[in-house]
Amino acid sequence: MPDPVLDIVDVAYRWPGRAGFSLTVPQLSIAPGEAVLLLGESGSGKSTLLSLICGTILPDEGRVRIAGTDTTTLSGGARDRFRAEQIGVIFQQFNLLPFGSVLDNILLPLRFAPLRRNRVGSAVGEATALCAALGLPPDAVSAKATALSVGQQQRVAVARALIGKPPLIIADEPTSALDANSQAAFLDVMFAQIETHNTALLMVSHDPRLGARFDRVISMYDIAQVERAVA
Amino acid sequence: MILRLAIASLFARALTVGMTILAIGLSVALFLGVEKIRTGAKASFADTISGTDLIVGARSGSVQLLLYSVFRIGNATNNVTWDSYLDIAGRSDVEWIVPISLGDSHRQFRVMGTTQAFFEHYKYRQGRSLAVSDGVIMDDLFDTVIGADVAATLGYSVGDPIVVAHGLASFTEHKDQPFRVSGILDKTGTPVDRTVIVSMEAIEAIHVDWQNGAQVPGQSTPADAIRQMDLTPKAVTAALVGVDSPLQTFSLQRAINEYGQEPLLAILPGVALQELWGIVGIAETALLAVSAMVVVTALIGMMATIFSSLNERRREMAIFRAMGARPVVILAMLVLEAMVMAAVGALLGLVLLYGGLVVAQPILDSAFGLWLPIEAPSLREAWVLLGVICAGAIVSLVPALRAYRMSVADGMMVKT
Repeated sequence: MPDPVLDIVDVAYRWPGRAGFSLTVPQLSIAPGEAVLLLGESGSGKSTLLSLICGTILPDEGRVRIAGTDTTTLSGGARDRFRAEQIGVIFQQFNLLPFGSVLDNILLPLRFAPLRRNRVGSAVGEATALCAALGLPPDAVSAKATALSVGQQQRVAVARALIGKPPLIIADEPTSALDANSQAAFLDVMFAQIETHNTALLMVSHDPRLGARFDRVISMYDIAQVERAVA
Repeated sequence: MILRLAIASLFARALTVGMTILAIGLSVALFLGVEKIRTGAKASFADTISGTDLIVGARSGSVQLLLYSVFRIGNATNNVTWDSYLDIAGRSDVEWIVPISLGDSHRQFRVMGTTQAFFEHYKYRQGRSLAVSDGVIMDDLFDTVIGADVAATLGYSVGDPIVVAHGLASFTEHKDQPFRVSGILDKTGTPVDRTVIVSMEAIEAIHVDWQNGAQVPGQSTPADAIRQMDLTPKAVTAALVGVDSPLQTFSLQRAINEYGQEPLLAILPGVALQELWGIVGIAETALLAVSAMVVVTALIGMMATIFSSLNERRREMAIFRAMGARPVVILAMLVLEAMVMAAVGALLGLVLLYGGLVVAQPILDSAFGLWLPIEAPSLREAWVLLGVICAGAIVSLVPALRAYRMSVADGMMVKT
């Protein structure tokens, strides 16, 4: 079995300044190319878990291994660089810089990830191809980000996450801002692309109906414990 | 790419950013304008007299003597007797001497009695001589040579008759002896432009029928009779002196200051000018400080603008962070943004300054005799502009550090 793309072992995190509020994740592992749906209500600690995976916060204990590297041993700047190289991130909404063009937005992570940039070859060509594959209109690349519909913006976010083929994509409720039809269409094109690129996907949602498309469905309640001090 | 995105971000907030840049531009233009007027005024003053080693007058203050003899500002408290004048003129170390007699006026312009030597020895702007643009230097008793501003303001041309008034701003005019404009001088940018020049003898001639400042009733000597009279001056207001060798300047100055027959004062024009700067220096510094404060105010306004934009831009920062930007990149972007605003503001200030100069130059010249040259920005001005950009960067560090802390705390998750 190949090395997992994400491997979390015995991670514990306490929020600074909020005594008694802590998150522990004993074990979470994702294989390369695997699509995992993580279900959790708001307040279940999933945002914190995503921050731990992305390395914007450090666990107090345990280790977070991404593509074979323990990110907890890296310095802050190195973790930011590592994130840029290894992880594509898709937010719930407002993914794009409103003042940039679609192309600016797609190429943004490459600016911080020289290795990923070198993997791409022709960045503009790759961005254009991804846009086409994600069903965006041909002239969308040069359009201003805010000129697109919300659904189109989410597709641009997928293109941005996929460019340069990072091994892992983190998506935080990417469909919650879309209506039911758009959701299905969005998931169709996203899955087609992550399968093409053999990218692992960790998608967070509170909607269990999406589960059928994923290789595995896990719940925050099963993998993590959140403790809150009783006031 | 980051610079381009920062500029795109600025364009997206065009209105507030534009206002901020306008405020910086206006303040920079004000600062540079004050500086320009300050140096222009200094240069104008310093250019008024050159080549004169000493100015001699009755004993008073050195600044006062400089002001009334060269700049026609204020009045002499006393005159120098003709005998003393001849004494000084006869000294071996005096190369040349030009008498000046002031006290009369024509309309709003001062009348100055002097000799042909004035046109020979009076130098301005690093040794330039006076030249007539029209007509000739006076050769008759009742001839005058007028400055360029006198001619332009009063519409005089060569051959016109003019009447000299006794005293300054007086209505008792020396109607009996009308003068004739024999020449008009080129514009010099000095008080000479606003002066009516007559001969020393003419000053005596117009006072023939006057005693104690009033015309003797019923007495009016015809011009022809005056021509026959002895018109040797009785006194001079001041004298410009040139020495044979610069080394003799100080000994001559001491000799005049210790002159036994009459209390006299000899000054070095350059030293007196320095003294004058000393007096106006405080006002100058205050003016400069005020305009510098205006620049600081504009920069603080920019800081406030950046501060107020931080909250609405949390999302933008989270995107940058998620894409792998280190918090220091966020900080650098905000500083960069401030520097772009300050730089554009500084350039706008420069444009406003030159635009203002083009408009104001002729007005200042004709109204105040202040000539501000339009020339490429000086090194000093370049430093000012650079200073504004650096100050903008420094000021923006305050909100940028806040953004830095925010982006460390928020990471890529923004709870909005």
